[in-house]
Amino acid sequence: MAAVQETIDQVRKIDVDQYKYGFETDIESVKAPRGLDESTVRYISARKGEPEWMLEWRLDSYQRWRTMKEPTWAKVHYPKIDFENLYYYSAPKSTEGPKSLEDVDPELLATYAKLGIPLKEQEILAGVQGARVAVDAVFDSVSVVTTFKKELAKAGVIFCSISEALREHPELVRKYLGTVVPQSDNFYAALNSAVFSDGSFVYIPPGVRCPMELSTYFRINEKNTGQFERTLIIADKGSYVSYLEGCTAPTRDENQLHAAVVELVALDDAEIKYSTVQNWYPGDKNGKGGIYNFVTKRGDCRGHNSKISWTQVETGSAITWKYPSCILRGDNSRGEFYSIAVSNGYQQVDSGTKMIHLGKNTSSRIISKGIAAGYSQNTYRGLVSAHKKATGARNFTNCDSLLIGDKCGAHTVPYIEAKNMTAHFEHEATTSKISDDMLFYCQQRGLSAEEAIAVVVNGFVRDVLQQLPMEFMAETQKLIGISLEGSVG
Amino acid sequence: MLEIKNLHVKIEDEERQILKGLSLTVPKGEVHAIMGPNGSGKSTLAYVLAGRPGYEVTEGDILWNGESLLEMEPDERAAKGVFLAFQYPMEIPGVAGLTFLRTAANAVRKKRGEAELTTPEFMKVVREKAAKLNIDTEMLKRPVNVGFSGGEKKRSEILQMAMLEPTLCVLDETDSGLDIDALRIVADGVNALRGPDRAMLVITHYQRLLNYIVPDKVHVLSGGQIRKSGDKSLALELEKSGYKEYEGEAA
Repeated sequence: MAAVQETIDQVRKIDVDQYKYGFETDIESVKAPRGLDESTVRYISARKGEPEWMLEWRLDSYQRWRTMKEPTWAKVHYPKIDFENLYYYSAPKSTEGPKSLEDVDPELLATYAKLGIPLKEQEILAGVQGARVAVDAVFDSVSVVTTFKKELAKAGVIFCSISEALREHPELVRKYLGTVVPQSDNFYAALNSAVFSDGSFVYIPPGVRCPMELSTYFRINEKNTGQFERTLIIADKGSYVSYLEGCTAPTRDENQLHAAVVELVALDDAEIKYSTVQNWYPGDKNGKGGIYNFVTKRGDCRGHNSKISWTQVETGSAITWKYPSCILRGDNSRGEFYSIAVSNGYQQVDSGTKMIHLGKNTSSRIISKGIAAGYSQNTYRGLVSAHKKATGARNFTNCDSLLIGDKCGAHTVPYIEAKNMTAHFEHEATTSKISDDMLFYCQQRGLSAEEAIAVVVNGFVRDVLQQLPMEFMAETQKLIGISLEGSVG
Repeated sequence: MLEIKNLHVKIEDEERQILKGLSLTVPKGEVHAIMGPNGSGKSTLAYVLAGRPGYEVTEGDILWNGESLLEMEPDERAAKGVFLAFQYPMEIPGVAGLTFLRTAANAVRKKRGEAELTTPEFMKVVREKAAKLNIDTEMLKRPVNVGFSGGEKKRSEILQMAMLEPTLCVLDETDSGLDIDALRIVADGVNALRGPDRAMLVITHYQRLLNYIVPDKVHVLSGGQIRKSGDKSLALELEKSGYKEYEGEAA
């Protein structure tokens, strides 16, 4: 036991305190007044120069939100959030002007450089030849820069901030916004619909295979500020796109709220691959501070033979409440969910997916790997349902949990609803503990206790790691290592 | 040189002593066999040498090249050259043998102040060592020990031993569960690693293995102590008369 105990102690001591992205950027910002009422919504909309219909949509969402209650069914505990005490909009002052890379505040560029996100296209070109990634960077409430726009435009791909999309392509936004996650879908989605500030917009025209990975990096900097981003991705007929999102925040004592909405639409024969590496600040070793991450992510396989694949690596946040889902509407459509959720310290994770089979011969696959260490609680919650018209629906679910130490918990809550006799659903689940013998075996071969845990855990999550875009696999392996031991990297 | 001095060991949180004043010296370049009946403390000795948690040394010391191992973590001991070939090697799902071997080899090299091996260098070394030991590297593409036969597990242990270049090799019942062909491959592997800078401790219940790995000395362990030492003929004697005369407490 001694070795494991020591490892746990070390993890507890180092990990959470060594949050690498915990620095704060000193930058002047413009904020909406504290609290939330109709005027806040109007302020945000005006600030962004939005069309009238958008303001109406927001106000409608706000009215609906006011009538809703916070959901309490998740296995997470936290003090009541005072929604009147938050700032709902914060923007770096200098981004008010025209947006080209030269105009971006050097402080901001430095922040992103520190995070390891190269925004300058030439840097990307120099750094990762052949593996280029277009980045949209969102700082607090606004998008500060999007790279590779010109090159993407040549392929007909639209990749910009959602504010810009509202100005430049209002018809597209209006056609799809809220069609996957309706305004009143849930408490946090309604709140987001009222006050969302920025996020990314992607449109891939028919038959186009997006020539590079698209990526958004979200950064919360301001104190007491909620971040409410909204992402909308549309893959038109026969198109393909792979998208990656990453997130970090400064180390702060108070909790910060993050309530995003992501909507994906895949038309006939289109495919969207959406990957997330979520590394928000998890709080300190006593569970103080950290991000409350209440996120609604949903993809709609609207067309025949369409495919949506979610891959998530969740290592951060004090609370994660997140269920990236697929509506399998089109016949022969396919949904996938691959998840690695690592929790340590006092983190609480309640995450999973929903696979809603509506079309004929739809199939889905769920692979979830939860790793709990420290005093954390890690819950998989998933729904697989087949509508009565969903003939030939198939699902395979595999949920594995790994426990490190004896103070943490892993829970699996699967819901299965089949209203069609031909549905074929499989569910497998395991829970295991890293045994002392396994650690001793690795240590006898020269690995330190932390290295041993990293090796075992990486083996445990391998099926999911393989789903990530190549460029991020190594990074993710490292991130998982850091989340669990702090000494690597 | 390995010097075990008056070693007393008990299981943590239990009263029962398992080793009760064991003393043993194995000079470099020699292979010593430890034989003994079931429950005599053979595996405990192997585990304590490697630093497995759960045992408490209540008295005595273990010196390797004059340095006490007792306060060292298992990985530090590995860096000092201690290698334990397990009786029951652990399975590590999802981790390919090659990945594990490379991680281990580089962890040890780093701790020894040697340069880490690049992938091509590592592959070259693995192929050479495996060929020498007559081991098929195909096995290394599978997860460590998962679904391995008894023979494959032991061969994998011997290959790990060759890769980590230990100076003190402890083989814990390496012959258990092996058919005669597998036994020969394992024994050939061990013999190939014999050398003037290496001390080896071969723990076994049966004499059979010692036909293939001929020891310089044989020790009888019973009741937590070395009861008799001799040359290889002692093993043959034991094969005939059994452990009867060594049972019970030492006088």
